[in-house]
Amino acid sequence: MRPFLYQRPADRAAAEHAILAENASILGGGTTLLDLMKLDAMRPDVVVDINDLAPGAAGIDASAGGLHLSAFVTMAETAAHPDILRDYPVIAQSLQLAASPQIRNMARLGGNVLQRTRCSYFRDGWTACNKRSPGSGCAALDGVNRKHAVLGTSDSCIATYPGDFAQALVALDALIEITSERGPRNIRFAELHRLPDDTPHLETTLAPGEMITGFFVPAGAWTRRSKYLKIRDRESYEFALASAAVALDLDGTVVRQARIALGGVATKPWRSAEAEAVLVGKPVSEANAHAAAEAAFAGAKARSGNGYKIELGRQTLVRAVIETAALQV
Amino acid sequence: MPEGSNPTRTGIGTAAPRIDGRLKVTGQAAYGSDAVLANPAHAYLVTSTIARGTIRDIDDTETRKVNGVLDILTYRNVGDRVQAGQFFSKGGYCGTSIQPLASNHVWHAGQIVAIVLADSFEAAREGAFRLTVTYDEQKPSAGFDAAGVEIKTGAEASKEHQDPKVGDAGTAYQSAPVKLDLRYSTPTQHHNPIELFTTACAWQGGKLTVWESSQNVYGFRFGLAQQLGLDPDDVHVISPFIGGAFGSRGSLTQRTALIAYAARLIGRPVKLDATRDQGFTIATYRAETRHRIRIAADRQGKLVSLNHEGWEVTSRADDYMVSGTDASTRLYACPNVSSNVSIVKADRSTPGFMRSPPEMPYIFALECAMDELAVALNMDPVELRRINDTRVEPIKGLRYTSRSLMQCFDEAAKAFGWQSRNPRPGSMRDGDWLIGWGCATSTYPSQIAPATARVILTPQGTVKVQTAAHEIGNGAYTAVALTAADRLGIELERITVELGDSDLPPAPVAGGSNTTASVCNVVAMACGQIRDRIATAAVTTKDAPFFGQDAKGLRLVAGSLQSTDGKSEPLADAMRRVANGAMEGYAENIPHGGKPDSLAKLYRGIQSLTGGAKMKDRIQFAYGAEFVELRINARTREIRCPRMVGAFAAGQIVNPLTAKSQLVGGLIWGLSSALHEATDIDRRAARFTNDDLAEYLIPVNADVDQVEVIMVPEEDHEINELGIKGLGELGNVGTAAAVLSAVYHATGIRLRDLPVRLEHILPGIAA
Repeated sequence: MRPFLYQRPADRAAAEHAILAENASILGGGTTLLDLMKLDAMRPDVVVDINDLAPGAAGIDASAGGLHLSAFVTMAETAAHPDILRDYPVIAQSLQLAASPQIRNMARLGGNVLQRTRCSYFRDGWTACNKRSPGSGCAALDGVNRKHAVLGTSDSCIATYPGDFAQALVALDALIEITSERGPRNIRFAELHRLPDDTPHLETTLAPGEMITGFFVPAGAWTRRSKYLKIRDRESYEFALASAAVALDLDGTVVRQARIALGGVATKPWRSAEAEAVLVGKPVSEANAHAAAEAAFAGAKARSGNGYKIELGRQTLVRAVIETAALQV
Repeated sequence: MPEGSNPTRTGIGTAAPRIDGRLKVTGQAAYGSDAVLANPAHAYLVTSTIARGTIRDIDDTETRKVNGVLDILTYRNVGDRVQAGQFFSKGGYCGTSIQPLASNHVWHAGQIVAIVLADSFEAAREGAFRLTVTYDEQKPSAGFDAAGVEIKTGAEASKEHQDPKVGDAGTAYQSAPVKLDLRYSTPTQHHNPIELFTTACAWQGGKLTVWESSQNVYGFRFGLAQQLGLDPDDVHVISPFIGGAFGSRGSLTQRTALIAYAARLIGRPVKLDATRDQGFTIATYRAETRHRIRIAADRQGKLVSLNHEGWEVTSRADDYMVSGTDASTRLYACPNVSSNVSIVKADRSTPGFMRSPPEMPYIFALECAMDELAVALNMDPVELRRINDTRVEPIKGLRYTSRSLMQCFDEAAKAFGWQSRNPRPGSMRDGDWLIGWGCATSTYPSQIAPATARVILTPQGTVKVQTAAHEIGNGAYTAVALTAADRLGIELERITVELGDSDLPPAPVAGGSNTTASVCNVVAMACGQIRDRIATAAVTTKDAPFFGQDAKGLRLVAGSLQSTDGKSEPLADAMRRVANGAMEGYAENIPHGGKPDSLAKLYRGIQSLTGGAKMKDRIQFAYGAEFVELRINARTREIRCPRMVGAFAAGQIVNPLTAKSQLVGGLIWGLSSALHEATDIDRRAARFTNDDLAEYLIPVNADVDQVEVIMVPEEDHEINELGIKGLGELGNVGTAAAVLSAVYHATGIRLRDLPVRLEHILPGIAA
């Protein structure tokens, strides 16, 4: 860790001003930032602690036309909220299945969606990594890459987007609220993360000086029948090898609307319009679920150690679709 | 009352909570880095980013600008001021002969290349981050199959190495009706004790004190004296509590002498707290192994031929090997056995002891082969073990001091419900979950070493026991106290035990599961000296109630001296005949099979374990049987373990409570070795990539559901005076083979490489 300027603004305006500083990072729960600073993989000059902006339970509002979440509430507060458990189970599950209780108690939603990749070559602080050190190359392409992505990759980067919550947000087509001294703006959550292409160091469309303040998940007939399925080597405290966020609106057994996103297999939160298109208008069946899974991974590219993720990702989606359809809602 | 405890007295066999438990759970137990030192400086390591080559340049300009940085140790200013440690198998005390900062040579990735000293941990860390080290890199050989490795046979690597052999395994294999030729492998694994690798050193008047968690305080003392050119009497190693070791703290690592040197250089105590990722390369690990097993049986299942070949990775510098064929060739009756072991020397740090070093990989391979043989014979795997059970060790025809393998199988099978197993793979499905049941044998050599102990009995009826043994979570404090309570008739609460200090009477390394047998026996001897003096005086003093009796018939029980005819006298009265104050017993023990000079060696920190298959007249092992149930999702194939049952026989159990804890922990470790643990190696760079506890997987609580341990009673009157067999490394042997057996039973897919990952059994991918 290297010396940095620590600031703790008391209100949003002060925070907006503080984050304009050169090479500033926002500190929420610190569950990623502090780790990476201790590893010397992130070296911010200014750390802006936004914990005085945290609204607590008042930051969650499921009353009108959808679900509003402050970016400053914790994962634990969100996952335990009764309205979310009832009306947006995919969101509650994506948070509940992530990390550990200690981390969920600290980590805040804004930081959660911006969590950096777990690629060990990014985290070690010194090997070739285009994300950490643009132009230095990618040690993962032909290195240890069992956990790397098969969707949305490029020749510059195959790092997996690590989070879970973002899959629920992108599936439900959430909006994201952003603020800066220039004023607020809203974008679709799907527009927040970038593909790596040849600029993997540019992970989001946030401009310098911008801060996420909230999320809005529009209500829909599909949100109650929703599920987050996460597959991993151990039962808890591990990032997904593959995951699926699925929300279905059924007419009997026929799919009226489907919302599908994939995690653990892609370089960014990955909405699969292809899989949704296959399912809509058809009954939920083993064959149709498989067809949707085929469509979702049609463009997948494997490297030496992660080829299994294509089949695992398909199986995860098939299972998630069938289990979601079977939910009693 | 827990099983195995004796309700009439507290002593050997009493299920006693840890006497040090309160200290541990209230944070009062002081571990290595808890040492409170006056004005310490802090050290932070810089480790190499290459695996093979030389340091070209070290630029410390930016480091020296960091406020609080005191000094930077590199090969340029250390050199031969710290002598290289001698490798333990060459008579030294170190886990490697590689000495960093001795030259610009880099032997492995993550080797220490500089140590930054500063007023604070933070300044030292920042200084380390700002140090620029450049290298002339050569292409490294990462391990098996890499170009440029050197391969040695076991005999070439060590004069003591023997490849167990009897009969003609090759010919018998050729003519056998049922035979299998199988290959297995195990991965690199790291101990990852939760207590990090720390060292604190302070000098006073030319004497060095070291606070570092150690499984071998005498070895550390003598090894450091050698490396630093000191009189061993001027080195004091303190390690009363150890936050996990599992073999990783059995030999000196390179860091300790360097930190001691640093403290002397700057004239201040120095504390090092190495990071988790540095722990992967500055201490030892379990290297990857490969096995070829050719096993053959007649149609009734009797083994007729066994050939076990092993390959192990080690470093360029040191010929470390575990040679588990010693155990694998002696598990079952077989008239024709052969074996050999080879080491593959690569650009890696030197591996070292890790819980059940030889047995984990080698018995894994043998037990997997036994499971495959049972399938080939269409025979229940438990019955195959029964058919090949033996009373006579197959290589030299020696008898076992005791062997209760099939009792373990029968008890565990009954508790598990094994008889309701449908052996057909994939037949025991529960909805979307495939169920698999598997089993395997566990075994570990029963070892013992020379040891010494001092026991002090005060006129107030309190006892102090001193011996430089080690509390590595094994419950050593409590086992020692129970032994003294047993022999002196004193309540547990009135006994204090001092361990883990090189100023105490010497005791062996906490390795090879020898501590309980070695230490409890010698503590019983020291207590016996006290009893003998009291008893002798009692039967020879005219006014004593026991006058004229046989001293052998008197015992110290419940604070009194008692005879078999019911006479009793308070202990204080009996003591007063022989002592005006306290009484002291000091015992030294050379166990059966130990050489006469082994005791003198112990006083120099040199280890002389005996037992297992090392003796000329007999053989001594402990056994167990392990059963595992797996649930595997039919679609996504993640593997979960709802229950494990293990039954074990290990002679006299000193403390059934901590013994059970050891065995439960062992089963979980075994499960971990099968499904979770593996250190990933980037073969291009010969370096580890998953060097943290998020990516190096161990089971979390949710992965461990029911674990049942059954202690099978076993009396062994021959093995040692107290009849003790160690069991610290018994529980985790065989588990991985039981897991692979269960994977096969659930899926019909036969896996032979650890760890098992879901991709190995995914539909459409798995073979």
